[in-house]
Amino acid sequence: MRISFDQDLKMLHEEIVKMLSMTEEAIDGAMVALKNQDVELARKVIAGDDIIDSQEAKIEKLCLDIIVRQAPLAGDLRKITSIFKLITDLERIADHAEDISEIVVKIYNERLMKPLVDLPKMAGIARTMVSKVIAGYMQGDIELALEACKDDQIVDDYYVKIYNELIEMMKSNPAVVEQGVALITIAKYLERIADHATNIGEWAVFSQSGEHPHF
Amino acid sequence: MMKKYDIIEINDLNLFYGDTQALKDISVNIKSNSVTALIGPSGCGKSSFLKSLNRMNDLVPIAKTTGEVMLDDKDIFEQGYDIVALRKRVGMVFQKPNPFPFSIYDNVAYGPRVHGVKNKKRLDEIVEKSLKQAALWDEVSDRLKDSAMGLSGGQQQRLCIARVLAVEPGVILMDEPTSALDPIATLKVEDLIHELKKEFTIVIVTHNMQQAARISDETAFFLMGEIIEFEKTSDLFENPKDKRTEDYITGRFG
Repeated sequence: MRISFDQDLKMLHEEIVKMLSMTEEAIDGAMVALKNQDVELARKVIAGDDIIDSQEAKIEKLCLDIIVRQAPLAGDLRKITSIFKLITDLERIADHAEDISEIVVKIYNERLMKPLVDLPKMAGIARTMVSKVIAGYMQGDIELALEACKDDQIVDDYYVKIYNELIEMMKSNPAVVEQGVALITIAKYLERIADHATNIGEWAVFSQSGEHPHF
Repeated sequence: MMKKYDIIEINDLNLFYGDTQALKDISVNIKSNSVTALIGPSGCGKSSFLKSLNRMNDLVPIAKTTGEVMLDDKDIFEQGYDIVALRKRVGMVFQKPNPFPFSIYDNVAYGPRVHGVKNKKRLDEIVEKSLKQAALWDEVSDRLKDSAMGLSGGQQQRLCIARVLAVEPGVILMDEPTSALDPIATLKVEDLIHELKKEFTIVIVTHNMQQAARISDETAFFLMGEIIEFEKTSDLFENPKDKRTEDYITGRFG
């Protein structure tokens, strides 16, 4: 049983890596599309979300197959149940990249109300969190997962900063309200991405230790 | 359901076969009206432990036991302890169904007769009640005089359980009771175990990890004569505390 279980787990991990890189690409694509007001790229990200959804379904099926055939226990069981949970968060992260791209499609032909500085920084941190928590899960590295979860606070701080800044601009110039709300919404999606990454970090810790932390 | 209490308390139990120590300093309590599963690799001592609970090891000439097994607050190893009464109170079901080559009726009536029940009506009642408790009555009530050897393996095993129940035990020891049965017969015995724990205390040795997970309330993991871990079953299978338990139940041993 052991050899075949280890092989199954390896295959499952490869599929998660694929899903992760698709998700990272979606976040990057959405942010580049925003910055360059590239509607084609935004549409590509939107279209790509279906592929990520089907990747999630594929991983779910693999997990079910392993449960049926291998009846995993203890650490093995926690690994599989954690995958079940974390791919839902990963899928939601990809959804938010799609949400951001949809906003880009709406505002791409408007002049941006300000140069984007903090939003790309915020996106960079959130994206790195996603990569790190998945790596933490894969390598069974609790420290790495915890370290990534800590960055959630930085992302939250960025959200507050961006929110206040945009509100001030909207107050002084009502003409930018529509775009201001759109940019705040994007910031909110990024903040949600970091929250989902934190959830994944919690599953990484649970998978390894059997204890489920809540951040 | 009645309140659970420690029906068996084991203190510093050691068992030797000649120079070989089969059990080392076992101290655990078995809860009443519960199913306790004993798991571990072959030769780890789980069957020896099971047999200690009704002194079946007495039949092995070179076996020597130290420590206490307190059943109903009395040490079963105490000098003068009534072994016949012990085996009545603590019944046993084995791996391979072992019905006597008698009729179904006589198999179940055997124990009560040995213990002095002669009244035909009383015996009829005991046989019916025991077969019903063993979930076998509906399948055999019209052929009680037929030979037990004609029953299927699964039916024979439930008959052996009925035979144990007929003497009204408190504790039932089971040594891999389903390892010779097909999945359907196994399921019937497992369902039966689930029913029986309402009235009895069950201690079961199984090599089937999923079976232990399905049917038991608590699980003890044995290794080289020691209990490594004794936990609530769900805890032991979801998050074992000892690495050796983890390695065994996930198949990383050997």
